[in-house]
Amino acid sequence: MITIDISKKLLSFELSIKLEIPNGSFIALSGASGSGKSTLLRMLAGLESAHGEIVVDGKVWLDRDTHVAPQHREIGFVFQDYALFPNMTVEENLLFVKYDHTLAKHLLEITKLETLKGQYPDRLSGGQKQRVSLCRAMMRRPKLLLMDEPLSALDPDMREKLQREILALHKEFKTTTILVSHDPSEIYRLSSRVVQLELGNIVADGSPKEILLGSKSSQKFSFEGEVLEIVQIDIMYVAIISIGQQLVEVVISSREASHLKVGDKIQVGTKAFAPSIRVIS
Amino acid sequence: MWQSISSLDFSPFVLSFKLASVTTLILLFLSIPIAWKLSQSRSRLKPFWEAILALPIVLPPSVLGFYILIALSQYSTLGAFFSESFDIKLTFSFTGLVIASCFYSIPFMIQPIQGGFESLPPNMLEASYIAGKSKFITLLRVALPNIKPALLTAIIITFAHTVGEFGVVLMVGGSIPGETKVASVAIYEMVETMNYDAAYIYSGIMVFISFIVLLIVYLFNQKQSRKIGGFGR
Repeated sequence: MITIDISKKLLSFELSIKLEIPNGSFIALSGASGSGKSTLLRMLAGLESAHGEIVVDGKVWLDRDTHVAPQHREIGFVFQDYALFPNMTVEENLLFVKYDHTLAKHLLEITKLETLKGQYPDRLSGGQKQRVSLCRAMMRRPKLLLMDEPLSALDPDMREKLQREILALHKEFKTTTILVSHDPSEIYRLSSRVVQLELGNIVADGSPKEILLGSKSSQKFSFEGEVLEIVQIDIMYVAIISIGQQLVEVVISSREASHLKVGDKIQVGTKAFAPSIRVIS
Repeated sequence: MWQSISSLDFSPFVLSFKLASVTTLILLFLSIPIAWKLSQSRSRLKPFWEAILALPIVLPPSVLGFYILIALSQYSTLGAFFSESFDIKLTFSFTGLVIASCFYSIPFMIQPIQGGFESLPPNMLEASYIAGKSKFITLLRVALPNIKPALLTAIIITFAHTVGEFGVVLMVGGSIPGETKVASVAIYEMVETMNYDAAYIYSGIMVFISFIVLLIVYLFNQKQSRKIGGFGR
């Protein structure tokens, strides 16, 4: 069990967080940028000072007169920009954390990196680098794994692959994990609990279903997108809208066309009575 | 011409390079911890220390030389201590020259190394701390290996700058052949005694060596930036 009750005065607001995290859970931390997610992660890692209390399995990491250094907190941290050591090969990056060949080999197998173990980081793709970073974070068999938007710099395909590997690692090691993410599908796929921050405070805390789907959008398809073009075909108007990675054409009335302009951020919705679903992979 | 070259005394060059080697070696070990401390510091006093350590760049060598001369003389506490305890004379000796050169050249060693450390992504060092490694191990195994170009620049520039010094050396060391008469001082004396032939040759050699040294630095840096485009310059 991890008990967190910390606060810190930031530039424009005060971060104040109270959380209890059972061992082995996978928590997604979401919220607009600047809401204090990264700061919270850094405070848990001991990289930033804080007031209050952090207790992990009965061990005090932070209280009035204790501040355990990052070196002694038994955590794993995955940074968005990988933060690999460029002077070491993939394998050396892992062994630097702990000289345990068996564990390193096992982790590289799970993430399918064995063939690259002798390479230096500058030869790897973004996805490969982030896998190495993930393996490196697991080398200490951490009590707490912290991931700060680890996949946001990767393309969607690579993101999905890595999500599967993160899940596989979580299943095997049962490490208590906190993941900062903006991507609803990623949060849904990986986490068992979502904590939402706003201006340094927790505004929602619940299962991904409760938080992400909510009640108002049930039975409805609703997507956010951007208007790219409005074309007139005879008496009809068609809006070309980008939703996520896809482009769709939507027929709109002339009245709607007069209200919309290119670049508008919009919501496309429909009642989902009988949508068709087809397996593509 | 060739006859005059073979009859020349090259000991001032040997002395210049000996002085530069010793100074560079001492400053390297002295500057790495200072540069590391400065690069990691968020203290309000940091600009104060940086200004002090950069002073030798702007001060006239005569000012620096004057202070060092006073501080090291046999009438000073320090000078008297060394003279009485170890029988070492700090002024007008090679030891004194080394001390003076260290003061004179320290910014040229510290600044590139500090710049190298500051260009490292902070996350990389934090990743090492989180891996359980102390600041010292992080410095040794993560920070230093990733600023090799900056280290090389610092070493070569410090070496070259020490070879090229004149004012401080003349004031603290004088011109004792084989002891403190380095190349730059030797050239100065040749010009004063109107021995222009020798001055031409000595100066030519200095230009040639200095150019080669700088060329090596820039060639290496170009190669490194093509290779990694990375940290440390």
